Amino acid sequence: MSLPLAPVDRALRWGLITLCVTILAFLLVPVLAVIPLSFNAGSFLTYPLAGFSTRWYVDFYTSARWLPSLSNSLFIGSIATLIATLLGTAAALGLDRMGGIPRQVLNAVFLLPVVVPVVVIGSSLYALFARLGLTGSYLGLILAHALLGAPFVVITVAATLAGFDRSLLQAALSLGATPLEAFRRVTLPLILPGVVSGAIFAFATSFDEIVVTLFLAGPQQRTLPLQMFDGVREQISPAITAAATLLFLVSVGLVGVIELLRRRTERLRGAASSGS
Amino acid sequence: MRRTLPQLSNWLLVLPLFLFSAGIFVAPIALMLLRSVQDPELAAAFPRTAAELARWDGQDLPRPEAMSTFITELRGVRGTDRISFAANRLNADISGFRSMLLRTARMLPQADGGDAAETLRRIDARWGERSTWTAMRRASGPVTDYFLLAALDLQRDDDGAVAAVPAERAVFVGVFLRTLWVSILVTGFCLLLGYPLAYLLASLPARYANPLLVLVLIPFWTSVLVRTTAWIVLLQRDGLVNGLLRRIGLIEQPLTLIYNRTGVLIAMVHVLLPLMILPLYSVMKGIGRAPMLAAMSLGARPFEAFLRVYLPQSRAGIGAGCLLVFISALGYYVTPELIGGGGDQMISYFIAFYTNRTTNWGLAGALSLILLLATGLLYIAYARLSRATGPAR
Repeated sequence: MSLPLAPVDRALRWGLITLCVTILAFLLVPVLAVIPLSFNAGSFLTYPLAGFSTRWYVDFYTSARWLPSLSNSLFIGSIATLIATLLGTAAALGLDRMGGIPRQVLNAVFLLPVVVPVVVIGSSLYALFARLGLTGSYLGLILAHALLGAPFVVITVAATLAGFDRSLLQAALSLGATPLEAFRRVTLPLILPGVVSGAIFAFATSFDEIVVTLFLAGPQQRTLPLQMFDGVREQISPAITAAATLLFLVSVGLVGVIELLRRRTERLRGAASSGS
Repeated sequence: MRRTLPQLSNWLLVLPLFLFSAGIFVAPIALMLLRSVQDPELAAAFPRTAAELARWDGQDLPRPEAMSTFITELRGVRGTDRISFAANRLNADISGFRSMLLRTARMLPQADGGDAAETLRRIDARWGERSTWTAMRRASGPVTDYFLLAALDLQRDDDGAVAAVPAERAVFVGVFLRTLWVSILVTGFCLLLGYPLAYLLASLPARYANPLLVLVLIPFWTSVLVRTTAWIVLLQRDGLVNGLLRRIGLIEQPLTLIYNRTGVLIAMVHVLLPLMILPLYSVMKGIGRAPMLAAMSLGARPFEAFLRVYLPQSRAGIGAGCLLVFISALGYYVTPELIGGGGDQMISYFIAFYTNRTTNWGLAGALSLILLLATGLLYIAYARLSRATGPAR
């Protein structure tokens, strides 16, 4: 800033900075405040801590409910992500080469699950699955989670395709590659960051999903969010803070991976455009 | 052929997700919404009675033949699921109907004989009342406006005219207004907190802005349940916030910050704030510093330049952020359920309640329809807004 500021304006500027620090604190402190509590030696969820201990992690690890719910979440999340990624990537590839009204309509249908309130999706699926005997089954839950994750794959893959140089594919074909070869050796490497980010989004969606799960899960399909939901509603045991800390670390890890992928795509694109 | 083959392969690529969405998403929602105008239970249990009632003019009582048909059919479905479903449906209209119907079925004499109307009346005097039979007629399907009216706290009276339900049964208009009010408050608070932060982030050079943006993204990515748990730990009676306020001497007694509206608002603003910040930030990034600097070099003070130059240009971001937060808030379920009290439950809670606990799918469908309509209209507004501003930048 080259312009000199009057004292009032400088005060406004500092006021703004203070306000923003407070808002960032509001966003972050609640989540961060849980982490030390999970290492509390006492069994009350209050500060000051009674001493350092990993007993709640031991609790999490040894309890008959937490660990099975974690493995349920991982299992359902992986299969749902696989389905969402396959279907979503294929659809994004098809949409990219379509035009006009069919493309718009299909795009809208594919993105709609993000817009429609989850509770409406959950109750509709419950009514349908109850008739098909799919409530309280892994299959029902996996299908529902795949549905919620697929839009993110369509979005991210479509975004990488938008910056995709079509002449590369034509070059490969004119040099004698079969369409399948051209896809595997040209298209796939280029859209891979989009596919992976989409898959991560889909997995995170499933891993964090609670509303549809509340409708569809039976006692066998307790996921980690469902276990936390019940834990919060009944009696908060400090083991829940251990679960929350673990989930938080997973989220931070996923944000990190997405950020790295984004930078990689940007770098590749930058290199491509400066090279041409 | 050369042109149609790639065309065909595009459709084949799109087809799997299309079929998947049609089966798991479009069809169930369509069925759910259809339920809001369907009334199959009574006709399934008493098909011939339903047909008789459809012919009845609604005056006095149905014909004696209709009553003896009803008795025959009642005897036939005794102890089955069908009578139970029909009884639930009638009970939703007139409370007490379920036990009356089931008791009547139990107490019917084995053999026919005498006046059908008299037989029914001897078991329960209400069978002699016109309103009992008009309620049955209203439920005899196959199409009904009962659930849609009920979702708006309306009903049809014995003469078929639309009227308000008695005040003690009117819940949904209040729930809709509460949902709207909570969503407006949450959107307002998110704008108040999100705007300054997005403004500061957009005005910083990328090497400061990017790490700070990650700090916004981390809570956005953190499980809603983790964040809700965090707020319960923080806001409870002996929680951190109360402890802090007491230590610095602001309060003597702990405040009730949870299981009430305050808690719901705090937690919902926390969850939805990133949805406000991200669109605001991307629009503000497009405005850049130039307009402000130009205004200031022409003699405007920074705050004045902000009000007259920057704020109007950021309107698109405000609109997009507000709509995004508002749409999400309208359908919110988990946070109010865990942090709210009985008086803080929003429309989603009732959709879940009527789906899971009382299995009144007609009402769940009607409430879903209203929520979907509201969400859809707002989303169209959002799409137009972001289309109008998106490519221009």
